[in-house]
Amino acid sequence: MANSSTEKQSTNDFIRGLWEENPVFVQVLGMCPVLAVSNTATNALAMGLATAFVLMMSSTLVSSLRSFIPKQVRIASFILIIATFVTVTEYIIQAISIELHKALGAFISLIVVNCVILGRSEAFASKNTIGRAFLDAAGMGAGFTFALLCLGAVREILGSGSLFGVPVLGTHFEPWVVMILPSGGFFTLAGWLLFFNWRKEKKKIQEKRAKAALAEV
Amino acid sequence: MANESLSYIFLNACLVNNFVLAYFLGICPFLGVSGKLETASRMGAAVTFVMLVSSMCAYGIHALLIAINAPFLQLISFIVVIASTVQLVEMFIKKFSPALFRALGIFLPLITTNCAILGLALFQTNKGYDFLQSLVYALGAGAGFTLALVLMAGVREKLELAEIPNVVKGTALTLMLAGILSLAFMGFAGLGG
Repeated sequence: MANSSTEKQSTNDFIRGLWEENPVFVQVLGMCPVLAVSNTATNALAMGLATAFVLMMSSTLVSSLRSFIPKQVRIASFILIIATFVTVTEYIIQAISIELHKALGAFISLIVVNCVILGRSEAFASKNTIGRAFLDAAGMGAGFTFALLCLGAVREILGSGSLFGVPVLGTHFEPWVVMILPSGGFFTLAGWLLFFNWRKEKKKIQEKRAKAALAEV
Repeated sequence: MANESLSYIFLNACLVNNFVLAYFLGICPFLGVSGKLETASRMGAAVTFVMLVSSMCAYGIHALLIAINAPFLQLISFIVVIASTVQLVEMFIKKFSPALFRALGIFLPLITTNCAILGLALFQTNKGYDFLQSLVYALGAGAGFTLALVLMAGVREKLELAEIPNVVKGTALTLMLAGILSLAFMGFAGLGG
């Protein structure tokens, strides 16, 4: 009995970040990297994975140190922990692929100031056990990567007619240059947000109708 | 690369490669504080000031870290310096203008996690600017940030009176506006070349 409830809670911790409280589409946090490096799906995926890695490592460490860090200096300590892992990530990416490192540029270092990571450390990891903090971070990281991929895929398909560098739309397709430009990032994200808003509105109307129908009976 | 003229650096940071609209730095305050014109301009001023101070500090730190051969500490020391600068500005504003302090609210401490400031420190180091060039770069970036914020706030104040469908309300609308502003700023691309 107790076993199944903990299992359910763990799944909840994970799914919440991926869908219900998706950091990009619902909370609208960590916008800078989302817009800046989502011009191709490959960059978006790499950035998402790097952020997820930093998020998981720092959440785990913050959670395990939560009884040692005094309340007054907690933000500074969190930032230091995050900055350490970001430096590690930067060197790892440089070791794996110089090209990728060049494409992402300063935005790898800028993971430090991604509000999602600090937000999760402050709101969740500093108050919960290591296991839960890790799952929560994994969920948020997955949600962040998912959102980045959504944007990156749309922008790459429309902007250069390919996906992960593989042409998908054929040679007759005239690429929409605007999608690769900065303004394309704003428009694509706005489009996704519109889509989610539209779904929410539709659901609300349906619920209202169901209620009205119930009242009539 | 480092022998660009000062006016070129200023124009480049302010208009051509505007931090908000071309590099996507500092989007959080851009979306959050751009509701009112007055708050927006003050926020811009606060960010510009923090940029100037942290740019000077970053220049010193970079020189020091090169001297002791520890470049891997760059990120950590930058972020610590920025956090302390923000603390300083916060105390300063609280003392001299409590009204502004209340108006800025949570966004003042959040300047710490404003990517524009850390981004500025990193970019100026990458580009190898000298001290004066760094200062002008910071000033240009701050001016560009303020300009974007004020333009956005102006448009949003007008939109308060417009009738908008429910689906579009909120962040989606702001993002679309930002996209159009960004397109407009593309027009500066040939400037200062």
